[in-house]
Amino acid sequence: MKESKFSLLSAFLIALLALAGCFSGDAEQAGSEENAGDGEKKVLRINNSSEPGSLHPGTAQGAHDSWVLEHAFEGLTKKTPEGEIVDGMAEKWEVSDDGLTWTFYLKDDVRWSNGDPVTAEDFEYAWKYALHPETASQYAYQLYYLEGAKEFNSAENEADYAELEENVGVKAIDGKTLEVKLAEPTPYFLDLTSFYTYYPVNKKVQEENPDWALEAETYVSNGAFKLTDWKHKESMTLKKNEHYYDKDNIHLDEVYMVMIEDENTAWQMYQADELDLAYPLPNDVQGELVNSDNEEFYNEPELALYYYNLNNEKPPFNNSKVRKALSMAIDRQTLVEHVVQGGQKPALSIIPPGVPDVNGDFQENSGDLFEEDAEEAKKLLEEGLAEEGMDEMPQFTILYNTLEAHKKIAEAIQEMWRKNLGIEVELENVEFQVKIDREQAGDYDISRAGWIGDYVDPMTFLDLWVTDGPHNDANWSNAEYDELIKLAKSTMDQEKRMEAMHKAEEMLIDEMPIIPIYFYTKPFTVKPHVKGVFAPIDRYPQFIYADIEK
Amino acid sequence: MDLSSEPSSSEKKQTLGVISMWKYTFKRFLWAIATLWVIITVTFIIMKAIPGDPFAKDGGLPETVQKNLHRHYNLDKPEIVQYGLYLKSILQFDFGPSMKHRSITVNDYIKKGFPISLHLGLQALIFAISFGLILGVVAALYRNKWPDYASMVIAIIGVSVPSFVLATFLINYVAVQWNLLPVATWQSWSHTILPTISLAMMPLAYIARLMRSSMLEVMNQDYILTAKAKGLKQSTIIIKHAIRNAILPVVTVLGILTTNLVTGSFIVEYIFGIPGMGEMFVTSIFNRDYSVILGSTVFYSAILIFLIFIVDVAYTWIDPRIKITEEGS
Repeated sequence: MKESKFSLLSAFLIALLALAGCFSGDAEQAGSEENAGDGEKKVLRINNSSEPGSLHPGTAQGAHDSWVLEHAFEGLTKKTPEGEIVDGMAEKWEVSDDGLTWTFYLKDDVRWSNGDPVTAEDFEYAWKYALHPETASQYAYQLYYLEGAKEFNSAENEADYAELEENVGVKAIDGKTLEVKLAEPTPYFLDLTSFYTYYPVNKKVQEENPDWALEAETYVSNGAFKLTDWKHKESMTLKKNEHYYDKDNIHLDEVYMVMIEDENTAWQMYQADELDLAYPLPNDVQGELVNSDNEEFYNEPELALYYYNLNNEKPPFNNSKVRKALSMAIDRQTLVEHVVQGGQKPALSIIPPGVPDVNGDFQENSGDLFEEDAEEAKKLLEEGLAEEGMDEMPQFTILYNTLEAHKKIAEAIQEMWRKNLGIEVELENVEFQVKIDREQAGDYDISRAGWIGDYVDPMTFLDLWVTDGPHNDANWSNAEYDELIKLAKSTMDQEKRMEAMHKAEEMLIDEMPIIPIYFYTKPFTVKPHVKGVFAPIDRYPQFIYADIEK
Repeated sequence: MDLSSEPSSSEKKQTLGVISMWKYTFKRFLWAIATLWVIITVTFIIMKAIPGDPFAKDGGLPETVQKNLHRHYNLDKPEIVQYGLYLKSILQFDFGPSMKHRSITVNDYIKKGFPISLHLGLQALIFAISFGLILGVVAALYRNKWPDYASMVIAIIGVSVPSFVLATFLINYVAVQWNLLPVATWQSWSHTILPTISLAMMPLAYIARLMRSSMLEVMNQDYILTAKAKGLKQSTIIIKHAIRNAILPVVTVLGILTTNLVTGSFIVEYIFGIPGMGEMFVTSIFNRDYSVILGSTVFYSAILIFLIFIVDVAYTWIDPRIKITEEGS
């Protein structure tokens, strides 16, 4: 009996040794990583937070995917640190007068990381691949601007696929010329061509191995960096792509990305010099840094709005006076300064700062579209309730997904409404998925929401509240508003469009189907030895031109 | 069946014992399969009953896109068909693709995540057992003297400080302030030290307290007195007679502790960014990543059932007084 126990113990220990053995290879890797930082090799270490959902441009679906893609791939156009859209894979382009036909001419010397030339067919192939119903791409709708794209993507009969695919408005005229036909005039189409769903895919590689994007060994991309190592759920390594046409302006040799979900841990790693860039930051750290003069801290604008949905189909929220009263009784400055505490900007309009107008900035030109005024709010509430035949505000609830930050904001607003309007509101927190379900079912009074713009144009926000729009959780409907949006979508004339969109924005504030609360910011920290990181308003901090000077 | 009423030679008894042992094992096996099936079915029903969708987004997805995704993952089929398809794939040991991550299947997840969770769990277990036993024995032998108080203070801290607090504390001091060990990730053995301690403190404290009371009880038994009277050395008494008997309650809880450590390390894995299974199990539920939820549940249940079985067997090894009876109880 003793012997059998002993053999069990030794088997156990052997198993343990075997487990410890797993490390020997990785440990060396880690060591070389650390040495590289202060050697001649320039390595940037960042946190991608999570395992990417997919590193194929056609099926990528979020920030954990796009941060890698934006550096490994390049579209027809790209963004400069100043936020301008300039030539990427395409050296020039032409637009027809009606704004519907775009012709892109590719650069001569552009190559994939395996040496193949980048061709117009690669673009045509990639876009049609993303639209194919069987690809089941989450971001396929980003391509719906193309003629026939939505029809192809929503095809249900396999028999129709070939014909519908043929009708999609993208065609390689020859190896270097790409003709794109759009469904409606889209002045911000150039901006879209820098977005990852519009990246090309190496047709030859994909046809030989449809799974090329699953592992680093088979990964082929056309951007400044290439993926050379991918330990799933652990880390990724990007190396400078020697075939990139602009490689002389790329200074980093390597980018090492870990995947740490916990923002606090990532922040600790940054402090312990294990990371060079920390984003996103934990809320309390952001709050601390905002009020410090830490030179490593940046708080850049972000194309995103924090707001409350009002259920416009449910009395008394069907009354615009009631909606406005609720909105006017919130003291946003106090809220961002003392509750949110991240240097955010109070939202007294809908479009966040940083979106260009015909001249200047759209948000600046709009200015504050309404004033917070407790007295006026109280009056409006009484009038609104009287119009609905109510004596007092009925019992209602703010619904938010469980998160400390949302809770604090809801509590502050609860208190402001109690003080300014004399009404009681209840708070209810549910899991994110449940919130979404209830919003879509219209089973709520007021719900917390946030929207991040897909492209840099006011339309990415204003489009949300058209009648029966897929994201119109407020269930608001206004024919005049729909007309304005339609008008803005029908023309390439920026003056006309912007005028219509300013009117639409004013209308939203006038009717207040949603309550804008604040504009998000993008807080991140970069070590002083890292230069050249920039943050476009609709992207994560970009390190394509970054350099390390020690 | 009442064995005692039969005219039995010791040989006959032994063969009967072997047969009943096999019968018992076979029965246990069938029960395990049935339990697994019930777990799969109940998980499937509950999972489908909670609101949500693997592709939910703030603001929602366009209907066309949603439709394509559901068709891609067979979510457009009736639920009973989905259930059938799922059972079929489990029989083939294929848990299918993750709905959130196209680059990795559920099988990959388990293959990659489980050894890491197992490594962390076992390391924590060894740490917890060795230090827990030492603390417990020392406390019992020096009852109401300072080693007892010191051990029990450690034990109380271990029980009352949650692992995430301890983890944050260790990261802040050991890694960031004193720079002795790396903050997070899972790259070398030095990366495993802090998570191991964070994970082991609770079971360590538990084992120490259990061992202490069990030791105290054993030390008061008559046979210890007899041993002392026989003039045996103190160390022999403690090692051969006292610890061996006192350790039984600890062995009993080891099964549960092991499963807890191996599967329940979610929060520690999350904080230290360890790509284990615990983290994936919990995040898959929030993501409604149906295939990962089912895959990891089935896998965990299988492990749990297996470990309980092992503990039962181990029990009979250590204590010959416990024998399997015909009833298999």
